[in-house]
Amino acid sequence: MNSIDTNKKFTGAEIFVKCLESEGIDLVFGYPGGAVLHIYDELYKQNKVSHILVRHEQGAVHAAEGYAKSSGKTGVVLVTSGPGATNSITGIADAYMDSVPIVVFTGQVRTALIGNDAFQEVDTVGITRSCVKHNFMITDVTMMAEIIKKAFYVASTGRPGPVVVDIPKDITEDSCEFFYPKEVKMRSYVPYKQINTDSVNEAVEVILSCEKPIIYAGGGVINSNASNELTLLAKYLKFPVTNTLMGLGCYPGDDPQFIQMLGMHGSYEANMAMHDCDLLIAIGARFDDRITGKISEFSPNSTILHIDIDPSSISKNIKAHIPVIGDIKEVLNKISEIIIKKKLKPRNIDNWWGQINEWRKKDSFKYKQEDNVIKPQYVVDRLYAVTKGDAYITSDVGQHQMWAAQLYKFNKPRRWINSGGLGTMGFGLPSAMGVQFANKESLVCCVTGEASIQMCIQELSTCLQYALPIKIINLNNRYMGMVRQWQEFFYEKRYAMSYMDALPDFVKLAESFGHVGYKIEKPSDVDSALKDAIKLKNKLVFLDFITDQNENVFPMIATGAAHNKMILS
Amino acid sequence: MRHIISILLENEAGALSRVAGLFSARSYNIESLSVGPSEDESASRMTIVTSGNDSVIEQVVKQLDKLIDVIEVSEITSAEHIEREIVFVKIKKNSIDEKKLDHFPNNEFFKIHKTISNDIIIECIDSPENINIFLESIKNITIKIVRSGSIGISCN
Repeated sequence: MNSIDTNKKFTGAEIFVKCLESEGIDLVFGYPGGAVLHIYDELYKQNKVSHILVRHEQGAVHAAEGYAKSSGKTGVVLVTSGPGATNSITGIADAYMDSVPIVVFTGQVRTALIGNDAFQEVDTVGITRSCVKHNFMITDVTMMAEIIKKAFYVASTGRPGPVVVDIPKDITEDSCEFFYPKEVKMRSYVPYKQINTDSVNEAVEVILSCEKPIIYAGGGVINSNASNELTLLAKYLKFPVTNTLMGLGCYPGDDPQFIQMLGMHGSYEANMAMHDCDLLIAIGARFDDRITGKISEFSPNSTILHIDIDPSSISKNIKAHIPVIGDIKEVLNKISEIIIKKKLKPRNIDNWWGQINEWRKKDSFKYKQEDNVIKPQYVVDRLYAVTKGDAYITSDVGQHQMWAAQLYKFNKPRRWINSGGLGTMGFGLPSAMGVQFANKESLVCCVTGEASIQMCIQELSTCLQYALPIKIINLNNRYMGMVRQWQEFFYEKRYAMSYMDALPDFVKLAESFGHVGYKIEKPSDVDSALKDAIKLKNKLVFLDFITDQNENVFPMIATGAAHNKMILS
Repeated sequence: MRHIISILLENEAGALSRVAGLFSARSYNIESLSVGPSEDESASRMTIVTSGNDSVIEQVVKQLDKLIDVIEVSEITSAEHIEREIVFVKIKKNSIDEKKLDHFPNNEFFKIHKTISNDIIIECIDSPENINIFLESIKNITIKIVRSGSIGISCN
C-alpha cells in the first residue's frame, strides 16, 4: 500500500477508507449524516474496517477513548458536520484533558459553501481548536492521505491527544492517485527530545541522598507503557508510591509499598507523605489543583524531581527543582541503568516507613457495612473480591468514581478507565463499550451512579446491537452524591437540585433495551448479584444497587486547603 | 514585566488564531502582535509583546512551543535585541507650524505626509518608549493614531 498505484484514481471517500486500512485501523465509532455519506458508502462496500454505530456522537468519542485507554492503540471516530461535530466536543475535550490518542473525523459542508451558514455547518476547526492537540481541514483531495497520516502521528506520539480532521463533502467526491506515506516528518513537531544526561545524574543524586522520598506517579506512566520500569525501580529503592486518579494501575495496587491514591479524596498516608517528604518524585503527573490543594503550603520541605514528556507540564503549578524532560520509560531506564546496574544503594528510610505506617493506621478509606442498607463502598469492595481485581473498570464522575478509585485495587495498567481531567458525567457506559471492543473476552464493569448513567443511557441500544456483555454497577443513592456532599459541607445542607427525583425503573429500562436488570437492596444480596451477573457471560447486566443516601467520600481536602488539613470523617 | 516573544510558524490556515487563541484561553496578556513573511516562504514570523512574571513567561513560551504549527519560539528581551515600531499620526489641519514639525523630537525616522485635503500625517519609526514620548507631546492636536505593534529581532 506504500507505493503509488499508477494511473489509477480514487475518490476522496475511497482514499479515506484506504488510509484507515493502511494505518491498521479496524474499528471506527461513528454516526452517519449528510456530509459523510460518500464515506459511509465506501465503508459499506468493504469489510476491513468495521464501523460501530453509536446512538449519540458523544458516545462515539468516549467509546474511542475507552478503546484507546485500555489498548494503547489510537481510537477513531467518524461523525457528520454541524451537530455531529458539536455533539462530539465533550468527548474531544475529555480526551484532551486526559491525553488520550484519538482521531476524530468530522464531515464538513462543501468547500464552496464554507462560511455561508450552510445547512449543518459549524466552524469545527475553530470550535475544537482549544481542546485538541491539533486539527486539520482537508481542502484538497491530494492532501488527504498526508493529512490523515499526520493526524495519526500527532495523536499517538509524544504526549498523546485528540486530533480532529475536518473533511468537506466535495473533497470526498474529488479524485486523485493514492499514496499513503510510510512516515511523516514535521519540522514544527518533535515529540521525543533527547534526554538531558545532566538532569538524569542530578535525579540519581537526589534519589540516593534523600531520607523521606515519595514517588507520585500519574497517567503519563501508563501512556508511556512504563509500569514495569516504574515498579522495578520503586521496588529496588523500596520507596513509597502514590498514584494520581489517572495513574491507578501503573503500580500494583495491592503492593505493600503502594500508599494509595493521593489528592482531594486520597489516603491520609499519601497526602501526609506528600506534605512531609524531602524528595517528591513526580512521574507523568501534572500537579493539578485536585492534587496540590493549597499551592503555597504544598509539600513545603521537599526537593521536587519532575519527569514528564511535556515541558509545559513542568513548573506550571509547582516549581520543579530538577526537571527531566523525556519519555518516561526511557528516563526510568536511564535512572535504573545507573542505580540498579551499579547496585547503588539509597539511604536507609526505615524511619520514614515507620511514620507512613503510623499514618496508615488511620485506615482512611474505612466504612462500616451494617445489616440493612448497602454502603456504596461495600459494593466496590465486593466487586474487587468477586472479580479478583482482574476486571476492566470504567466509571462516571462523582462519589462512585472516588470509591471505585479508592477501593478497587488495580494491579495492572489500562484497567481503570475514567474521566479525570474534564470530569465528564456520561463517560462510563460508552467508554466501557470501547473497552469491551478492545478486550473482547474480558470482563468489563462500569461503576456508575444513577445521575451519571442517565447522561449517555442511549448507548444501551448500541450495547444490544453489538452484544456487549458489560456489567453496569449502578450505585443508586437517589442524589447527585458529590454535589450533595459539597452542599452538606459547604452550603449548610441546602440541597439545590441535587436530588434525583422521578428516577426510571432501571431494571425495566435495561429490559426494554433487551438486557438483564437486577435491583439489589440488601447487603446480603450484593455478592450473589455480582456473581450472577458475571455468570451471564453474553449479557449486559444492569445492577441497580440501592445504597445509603447519606454516605460521603472521605478523606477530603477542601478546595484551597493544605494536604495536612484533611477531613477524615 | 514586559517581554518580547518571537515566533516562527508554519503558513498554515488558522495558525494565527492558534497563537491568539492560546493567549486568550490561558489568560495571557497581549500588548501587541504583529506578523509578516519571513526568510522562509512557507513560514511567518510573529512578534508578540506580552507581560507577566518569569513563571508566566516560561509557561507562555512552553505553551507556544507545544502548538504544532510553531517551528521556533524565543523570548528575546533577556539578551541583546532590537525593537522598533511604526506609527502614523493624523493631526488637525493648521494646528501646528509646519516648520516646528521639521525639528520635532529626535525620533529615528520621521516623515511628514500631506494629504490632498491638507491634513498632516506624521510617520515615525522608533522604539515604543520614544514613540510614546512623541505621541504624548502632540496629544492635544492628535486626531487618529495607527500603530504597527512592535517587531523585534535578537542580536545573537
